[in-house]
Formats: sequence, structure tokens, C-alpha cells
Amino acid sequence: MKVTELRSPDHFHKVVDCQHACPAHTPVPEYIRLIAAGRYTDAYMVNWRSNVFPGILGRTCDRPCEPACRRGRVEEEPVAICRLKRVAADHKDDIRGRLPPPAEQRNGRRIACIGGGPASLTVARDLAPLGYEVVVFDDNAKAGGMIRTQIPRFRLPEEVIDEEVGYVLGLGVATRLNRRVDSLKAVLDEGFDAVFVGTGAPRGRDLDIPGRQEAAANIHIGIEWLSSVSFGHIKRVGRRVVVLGGGNTAMDCCRSARRLGGEEVTVVVRSGFDEMKASPWEKEDAMHEGIPILNFMVPKAFTHEGGKLTGVVFEKVAPQRDAEGRRQLLPTGEADVHIPCDDVLVAIGQENAFPWIERDIGLEFGRNGLPKLDATTHQSTLPRVFFGGDAAFGPKNIIWAVAHGHEAAVSIDLFCRGEDPRLRPPPETSLVSQKMGIHEWSYDNDVSIDLRFKVPMRAPEVALKDIHTEVELGFSLDTALREAERCLNCDVQTVFAPKLCIECDACADICPVDCITFTEDGEEAELRTRLRAPAINKQQDLYIGEGLKTGRVMVKDEDVCLHCGMCAERCPTGAWDMQKFLLETAKPRAHACSRV
Amino acid sequence: MTFLPKPKLHHPLLATNALGLTRRDYEGAISTLCAGCGHDSISAAIVQACFELELPPHRIAKLSGIGCSSKTPTYFLGAAHGFNSVHGRMPSVLTGANLANRDLVYLGVSGDGDSASIGLGQFAHSIRRGVNMTYIVENNGVYGLTKGQFSATSDKGSKAKKGTINTDEPIDLVAMALQLGATFVGRSFSGDKTQLVPLIKAALLHPSAAFIDCISPCVAFNNHEGSTKSFDFVRAHNEAVNRLDVIVGRDRIEAEYEPGTAVDVTQHDGTVLRLRKLHPEHDPTDRVSAMNYLQERKAAGEIVTGLIFLDPDPADLHDHLGTSADPLNAMGDADLCPGAAMLERVNAAYR
Ligand SMILES: Cc1cc2nc3c(=O)[nH]c(=O)nc-3n(C[C@H](O)[C@H](O)[C@H](O)COP(=O)(O)OP(=O)(O)OC[C@H]3O[C@@H](n4cnc5c(N)ncnc54)[C@H](O)[C@@H]3O)c2cc1C
Ligand SMILES: Cc1ncc(C[n+]2csc(CCOP(=O)(O)OP(=O)(O)O)c2C)c(N)n1
Ligand code: SF4
Ligand code: SF4
Ligand code: SF4
Ligand SMILES: [Mg+2]
Repeated sequence: MKVTELRSPDHFHKVVDCQHACPAHTPVPEYIRLIAAGRYTDAYMVNWRSNVFPGILGRTCDRPCEPACRRGRVEEEPVAICRLKRVAADHKDDIRGRLPPPAEQRNGRRIACIGGGPASLTVARDLAPLGYEVVVFDDNAKAGGMIRTQIPRFRLPEEVIDEEVGYVLGLGVATRLNRRVDSLKAVLDEGFDAVFVGTGAPRGRDLDIPGRQEAAANIHIGIEWLSSVSFGHIKRVGRRVVVLGGGNTAMDCCRSARRLGGEEVTVVVRSGFDEMKASPWEKEDAMHEGIPILNFMVPKAFTHEGGKLTGVVFEKVAPQRDAEGRRQLLPTGEADVHIPCDDVLVAIGQENAFPWIERDIGLEFGRNGLPKLDATTHQSTLPRVFFGGDAAFGPKNIIWAVAHGHEAAVSIDLFCRGEDPRLRPPPETSLVSQKMGIHEWSYDNDVSIDLRFKVPMRAPEVALKDIHTEVELGFSLDTALREAERCLNCDVQTVFAPKLCIECDACADICPVDCITFTEDGEEAELRTRLRAPAINKQQDLYIGEGLKTGRVMVKDEDVCLHCGMCAERCPTGAWDMQKFLLETAKPRAHACSRV
Repeated sequence: MTFLPKPKLHHPLLATNALGLTRRDYEGAISTLCAGCGHDSISAAIVQACFELELPPHRIAKLSGIGCSSKTPTYFLGAAHGFNSVHGRMPSVLTGANLANRDLVYLGVSGDGDSASIGLGQFAHSIRRGVNMTYIVENNGVYGLTKGQFSATSDKGSKAKKGTINTDEPIDLVAMALQLGATFVGRSFSGDKTQLVPLIKAALLHPSAAFIDCISPCVAFNNHEGSTKSFDFVRAHNEAVNRLDVIVGRDRIEAEYEPGTAVDVTQHDGTVLRLRKLHPEHDPTDRVSAMNYLQERKAAGEIVTGLIFLDPDPADLHDHLGTSADPLNAMGDADLCPGAAMLERVNAAYR
């Protein structure tokens, strides 16, 4: 098999499962160690550099890192990565002195960011300190995008948004708020060197079934209703509420309804429970607040009387395979179900809409209504215009919007310098030995066997009284420390030097998870079958070292390595070493946060 | 040397045996030997062998003397009985324990210093008496624990770490065991678990004195150029005479071998030892020819490893003495102390 190439960062990057899975590649284990050391401010700054909104994300992130976390493979549940981020945000000192100062000198380039959501704000944060003049346009009174208008306050207090949006705007970013952009051409005509479009996916899908028109007064589009709630335009809802849809918006709708007078709130979903788009923890939180979730029911009609909504009729369906083996939802033939209610919230998806972009300026759209973009550079067919966030490839989440923002900022910077945005700068990496003594490492290599800790919640009686009361309380510092210690330090890599190895087997013998095998070389598929423990997880790479005296190879299955350092401690010759691998994605040329 | 205990977490697919135990359940405390010591590999092989044989750990008694090798029982089979005797006295303590309770599986662990110097007489007598045990010498050619003096198994002409040349003739414990009537004699190398694990399994199943000389490099004092017990030297001179498969009851392996290349030796308990011959002129069931073969290959500068001699139907010390099948701890007072009248009768028999 091919020997593992260590000159490129790819192998070790992939070993840090959480960081690899994070769209912005936040150095997770690095900040978790800082939290364990009580260095909350440092932990916050590590996050701020990568993901710009640690306090917001520490409460709301979709956390793609957690399903990827190694801990979930060697124990039961992943490290509570997301909620540890919040610990850093809650317990940090004043960080203002550690933010990059506004640029001393402008570089003469002007950038427009249309839409004031996380994608645009990330572009602004990356470029403003370099001397770019960045102007953020948004139709709301305050920047923040859907973070501000959609995510309910009981999940994310407004102060946290004000604080973190404030850090970005404080870098010398200009805003034009309260005004909708009606023409991209007009913005381009203002002579901006580049335009970033971060306008999100602002349109909620409607449900055109019988009764929709007649009962319109009590049928609301989820995301519109949520922003009206957010702005305080809506303060009450009927006693009985039906929420249609199974995504995160549906979860926010039902939980908001419970706080605005909805006593019997029911979520009804077409698909099964497991296929719902909402994150498992959001479903759990909704059910915890006494909201039943009914599955495999398709809305057929709204019932109404005298122009007033009386309920929704559903057809029962079940999943079945059709002739081609495709899964389909087909009626079961059972009697329809009528759920009486006073209000319906329709949360069945979001769409992109760009009525304000002229179709004759050279900016092409695909058949899906989305702009044609270079997937890496985010550049559109009109070279000066870049897209990111929900506006680029359809609705995703905050952390993807941030990741897009970083990539677009790099592209815009290269573009403004007259360089090819496709020639991407490499990430910054380092690999440093952690050895302090024969059995002493500069990281805590003791593997905790604690199970995942739960974040304490406010009691539902209290939480449901006021929509502005934050329902999660955040980890206490004691719990945070113990949760942080569950992290396996996957960035502290096992680095093998075949030349030093005497093949004494000490590492293979001590390894608690049977990662290491010395054996005859072979093709990967076959090699995987004859290791000390079966290497069945093909998502995870084998680490191959060659050049041993016996002609065998060292094969390490990276899958379940605990990064405990036992192999390196038992190695008599130092052929194994534990080395910390740090990767930071490339930022626009002069490091945006060089003072951090 | 490691301070932290080995993490409890294990591979999610770690197998369990018929007792519901994993291999990890057969481990002991974390080793305090030098990193890379061959003895640790032998401990790992013992763990693997006991797991595969599905032995209940609490039915094993591990006994040892003094030395790095003799420290190892702490590092495997944490749930077994253990006895750390004085230097060279493991064989007599083991013999006594075995006489008192033959129901346990006896595993004696010793070093070349422990068995070939101070304990040579103890070694010899326990073997010639046919005590039912597995006797493993972790042979590194030095007194590791006392910082690397030549031991009695060190080859003549081999060089110490500081340069001294050994002028004494070595004791070959395998040759001695054969000569003393051991009914199971093997030699192996800590760096070759595919050979060592089946050998330990077969020895544990053997119902009489089973002796294994396991070459086990001392990385601190005897793994240099000029040593004949180093990883490199042993790898270069190792001549395996056979490969062994231990086939217990249900898990029959139906592999086909060229006629004459594999011999199945059925043990008293039904276990089959399948020996895949690598050297056709070696017959492991003929003591005299095995002794000759060993001397011949030694003269040729080879280190013969594998199952060197086996008597498939041996007797043990209890058979020789006609002792009670019940362990002493299972007997009542009346049997243990049969009274003055019985003593009188016994004494009378000698008058
Ligand atoms: C109910 C709900 C809950 C959510 N919860 C989460 C969550 O918990 N975690 C998570 O990660 N994600 C969540 N999301 C998704 C997340 O909010 C978005 O993916 C993210 O905000 C997208 O960021 P963005 O920068 O692309 O645009 P947006 O945040 O959508 O911001 C775009 C901004 O541009 C403005 N705008 C649009 N067109 C114009 C125009 N023509 N002129 C001027 N301004 C304009 C909009 O008003 C808006 O302020 C949720 C979404 C919804 C609907
Ligand atoms: C009665 C007695 N004499 C001498 C010693 C000192 N001593 C301790 S260990 C040892 C030699 C051990 O050598 P070996 O059995 O080969 O074990 P190794 O450390 O090499 O594994 C000696 C001589 C002792 N502990 N007790
Ligand atoms: S254990 Fe820690 S470093 Fe490893 S994937 Fe999970 S959070 Fe990341
Ligand atoms: S760090 Fe070494 S000993 Fe620990 S689990 Fe990974 S490979 Fe095994
Ligand atoms: S001194 Fe030698 S025998 Fe003793 S533990 Fe160290 S390497 Fe092993
Ligand atoms: Mg010794």
C-alpha cells in the first residue's frame, strides 16, 4: 500500500475528526484544552479567528463536528464540542483589546457586502482590517441576518448577537441599513471593486392545498411569522397550533408558539421521525416542552368555518419501495385524520430569490434558480461578484455561511490584487513534539471515562413563561472541565519514524484499542482484513510506515486511536512521538487577526 | 516506564470468549519494565493465550522468583492467584502449591538468572518430577534487574554492553529440560507472537511439566552489536522447526497440507496439536532424535525454535505419588487430620 505522505497536511488533518468536519475548520481540541486550563479568553480567540461568532455558535451551531467526533466511536457519545464553545464565550474577559485594530491606512479598494448575515459579516471581518473599505447593506435596522430575525431569543439572547456583530462592525466596517437593495446594477455602478452577495434564502415555501385562501388569516409562513415574533409585531398565538414541517424552523415555530399562548401545539411531519431534517437535540428539546411530533401524515386540506380556520386534514402514509427500489410515501388507506386548531405555521422549507439581480448584466443563474458559481472561489460569471452563505448553494446554516465568507474573502483579496482566485493559498500548519519527559507530555494524555454531560436547562414552567428567557443555562465551570477532559486530543498525532523502530512490539502490545500492526505489506482492502483489530471503517485512513529491518510495514488504523500516547511511552527508541498538529485555514494575505 | 494506567476504553469490536471476557480482562497492572522490554511481549502472549483458551483467570496460579522477568506476573492476569517467591525458589513453591491443589492451572515465570544460576537445582527437580505446570524462562542472557551482568545462559564469546567478553560456557535450558525428562519442551522468541502464543496455549493444556525457553531481549543491557540475545541477532539466526496450531474441541481448522508436512498429535484431553513441519528431519515425538537435532543445529550456529519435543501421553507428579484428586482446601477435618490411630498405622508401616 502507499506509504503515508506526511509532507502534505492531509493525513493528519483528517485525523482531527471534529476540525476536519467543521466547515470553518475550527481547531477544536486546541480550544478545548484551553478551556480545561481555565484560559477562556484564549479559547474564545481561537474560535473567533476561525468562526467569528463563538457565543452565537456555542448556542446554535448545527455542530457537524459532533457526529464526526472520535469519542462517539470509542465510547457512546461525542464530546459536547458546541456547548464548550459557549463556556469560552460566557467566561472570557473583555476581549476588545485583542481584536485587530481598524486599518491604519485604507488600501483604496471598496467592497460591498449585500445582506448583513453571518456570511457578509465574515467577509467584512476578514477584509476590513487589511485596509479594504467594506460597506454592508441590509434591509433590517440591525445587522445579523437570520441570526437576528429568525433564531428565537430563548435560544439566543439578543445581547450575544449585539456583542459579536458589534466586534465585526467595530473593525471600521460601514453599514447601510434599513434599505433593501433593489438593483445589483446600481450597486455595481457605485464603483465597488468587488461585490459579495450574502442575502440568504429569504423566502418561506407555501402550501397550496384546499382552504389555504379561505383560512389565510390564521395560516402563517414559518420564517415570516418568526421574524414578526422576533421584532415584537406578533405577541400571541391561538391556544391550539399545528406546525407543518420537520426541520429546524418547525422546531423553532412550535417552541415559540408554546411561549406565546399555544397550549396544545402539535408538529405534523410527512416523513418518519428519524428522517426529519431537524437536529436530534432540537426534536428532543421540543418534546421536552410537551410538544408531540406526529409522523407519516401528509396535509390534505385546511378546514374552515365562516372564514375562520378550524383545523387541518391529514392523510396517513407509509414508506414503501417502488418498482425501481426507490423509497416512496404511499397512502395506507386508513381514515384521514382531522386535527382541530386555531393557527397553522407552515415550515416546509426555504427558497432562494434574487428578483433584485438583473438578468442582463452577465451574471448567470442555473436551472435551480441559484447563481452559477465556482465551488471553491465562490466567484460568479460576473468576475466582480462573489456569493456566499445561503445565497450561494441554497439554505445551510451559520457555520457554513462563515466558511463561505472566509473563502470568498480570500478570493476577493486575490481578485483585487489582480491574482487568480483559483490559486488558493495553503493552510498554515505546524507539527510540534509534545514530549516533556519519558512519560510526561505537554497535554493531558489520561483518557477520561466520563460519559457526556448534559447541559442544564431552565425548568419548562419558567422557560415557557417568557419567550425572551434563555432556556439553556450553559455548563458550570466544574462540569465544563470534566466535559473538556473527555476530549481525546486528536490533534496530538502519533508520528512514526520507521528508521528508529526495532520491531519490539511494545507499541502494538500496549495500545488499548489495538490500532497498531506490524505485518507484510499488501493492497489496502486486503490489508484491512488482517490487522490486530478489523479496520472496517473505510472513512478512516490507515497510516503506513515502511523501511523496517524485517521488510514488514507498520500499519496504524487511525479509526479509534485514543491519542493516549501509550505507544510513544512504551517505545524504547523514540520511533513513536506525539506531535501536535495545528492547522489554520488560509485567510486573506496579511493575516486578518495578526494581533490575536 | 508508564505512570498512567492503560486506558479502559477498548476497540468497539473487541471479541469476547465463551466466558464473556475480552482479552483486556486478562491483563494486569501497567508494566513498570523498561519500554521495549521483551518480557512485556511475553506477558502479552500469555494474555492472548489464556483468552483464547477461555481459561477463567481466577483458576490460574502464577508464580515467579526474582528479576525483571519474575516481576511480570503483576502485569498480566490481574484476577489470578499470584506468588512472588525469593530468588530461584519459584519451582519449589509451585510444586508445593500444586500438591495442595491440583485443580488450578500453574504458570511459573522465571528468568535465566532465576532458573539457570541461583535456581538451577530447583528448576531441575521440578522438571524431573513432572510437576503439572507451564514453566516459562524469559531468557535475556543477563541479570536485567541488577543492571546487566552476564547470566549463565549467555553465550561464550558474546559481548556485554560495556565490551567485556563472556568466557564461560552457556547453560542450554532446553537441552537440560530434555535430558531431565520434560514431556513438553519448546523454545521461542518474544518478537514472534505467531509462534509464541500457540506454544503457550499447548503448554498450558499439557498435563505435566511443560518448559518454554523464550528468548527475550533486554533493551537496556543486552540489545547491542555483539550480543547473541539481541533482536537483530535472534532474528538473523532463528530457525523455526515447525509451526503449531492448537485445535481445541469445537474450532477444528480444516486446512489441507501436503502429506508428510503436517502431523496431528492428539492430546489426552482431545486437543489436537497440529505441527506444520518446516524441517523434515526433526521428529518432535522422539526425545533422542530431538536432542541430537538440537545439538546439531546449535553447532551450525542456529537458534532452534518451535515445539522441540512432546510426549502426548505423559504422567505427572500426582500420578507418581498416587495423591488425592481433591485439593486439600476441599477436604474436611477428618480427612486432613485422620487421628492418632491412623498415624499409628502409618508409622507401623515403616517399622
Ligand atoms: C427559523 C430558523 C432557525 C435557524 N436556526 C439555525 C440554527 O440554530 N443554527 C444555524 O446554524 N442555522 C440556523 N438557521 C439557518 C441560518 O440562520 C442561516 O443559514 C444563516 O443565517 C445564513 O446566513 P447568510 O449570511 O447566508 O444570510 P442570512 O442570515 O439569511 O442574512 C441575509 C440578510 O440579507 C438581507 N437581505 C436579503 N435580501 C436583501 C436585499 N435585497 N437587500 C438588503 N438586504 C437583503 C436579509 O434580510 C438578511 O438580513 C436557521 C434558519 C431559520 C429560518
Ligand atoms: C537471594 C538473592 N540473590 C541475589 C539477588 C539479586 N538479584 C536480583 S535479580 C537477579 C538476577 C535476575 O536475573 P534474571 O532472572 O535473568 O531476570 P531478568 O531481570 O534478567 O529478567 C539477582 C542476582 C536477589 N534478589 N536475591
Ligand atoms: S475527541 Fe476531541 S479532538 Fe477528537 S474529534 Fe472529539 S472533540 Fe475533536
Ligand atoms: S496513541 Fe498510540 S497507544 Fe494510544 S490509542 Fe493511539 S496508537 Fe494506540
Ligand atoms: S532491564 Fe532489561 S530485562 Fe529489565 S525491564 Fe529493562 S529491558 Fe527488561
Ligand atoms: Mg535475565
